[in-house]
Amino acid sequence: MVIYGIYIVSKSGGLIFNYDNNVPKIETEKKFSYPLDIKLQVENKKIVVEFGQRDGIHVGHVLYAVNGVPVTGTQMDDGQNALEYLEHKENYPATLKFGRPKMTTNEKIFLASMFYPLFAIASQLSPEPKCSGIEVLEADTFRLNCFQTLTEMPIRCELFDSNLKSILEQIEKSGIANI
Amino acid sequence: MTVYNIYIFDKAGTLLYYEEWNRLKQSGMTRGRGGKTNSFVSKISPTDTKEGFLCYKTSKYTLHFLETPSGLKFVINTDVHSQGVRELLQQIYNQVYVEYVVKNPLCNLSQPIQSELFKSNLDSYIKQSPIFLSKAL
Repeated sequence: MVIYGIYIVSKSGGLIFNYDNNVPKIETEKKFSYPLDIKLQVENKKIVVEFGQRDGIHVGHVLYAVNGVPVTGTQMDDGQNALEYLEHKENYPATLKFGRPKMTTNEKIFLASMFYPLFAIASQLSPEPKCSGIEVLEADTFRLNCFQTLTEMPIRCELFDSNLKSILEQIEKSGIANI
Repeated sequence: MTVYNIYIFDKAGTLLYYEEWNRLKQSGMTRGRGGKTNSFVSKISPTDTKEGFLCYKTSKYTLHFLETPSGLKFVINTDVHSQGVRELLQQIYNQVYVEYVVKNPLCNLSQPIQSELFKSNLDSYIKQSPIFLSKAL
């Protein structure tokens, strides 16, 4: 069993704790010749693949590096604009590194607040009375388990972090039965 | 095991068809939520998704979700013990929707489905399925 991450959401829908335990890194590096057969677009200050999915590079992946020079936002670390650089024929062949975007804290807070309405709608849509919200949500790549407590508490505590980490390590080594 | 209800939404989330069986409590959605759930799933997923959102479970029912490449969304609610519901949804799409709606020249694909032929075939298809087992009333 692999645990990807833990989220704790307050009863008002705000993210009060988050821990990324084991997020796989998805990165693909590939040599391209002119003209570039992938359509790129600037989205949220990042260069994102818009069209032309191929060889492990998917729509939504972000441009991380050009010829080994890391790209931050739309700018390469040597000061050039990456999109402009890729428009010039003389810069090819170029090696581009794409990867699945890492979630920023802001995006995590946004996602956590998106889960709450899903949870609430699930209990309202029930064909039978007295139904809970979402307990398990399954997708093709992961499974989300949700447990709703009776209370809530903000979490700002080192002891919690260290104990949580040791529990996760224990589960990953020995499975859930030994807890 | 039992099937509660089925929804069909178009790619914009408009309800095209709704049918229910064995219901105890009245409630329903008129706009598709699947798209929203799917975008949540693809963002929170640790790796790239192909089909994305498949189903969720609550204490009383399970909601199964199938999105076709054309953006049509099939949603079915069953009890929590049902197995192989995704295959059933796929078959409803292949063998009922395509046969009696897509191949029916009188059906406008962006309008709610009013065909009686579709309605009766869907009803018998679901009632034949092993997942559908009417609770003793």
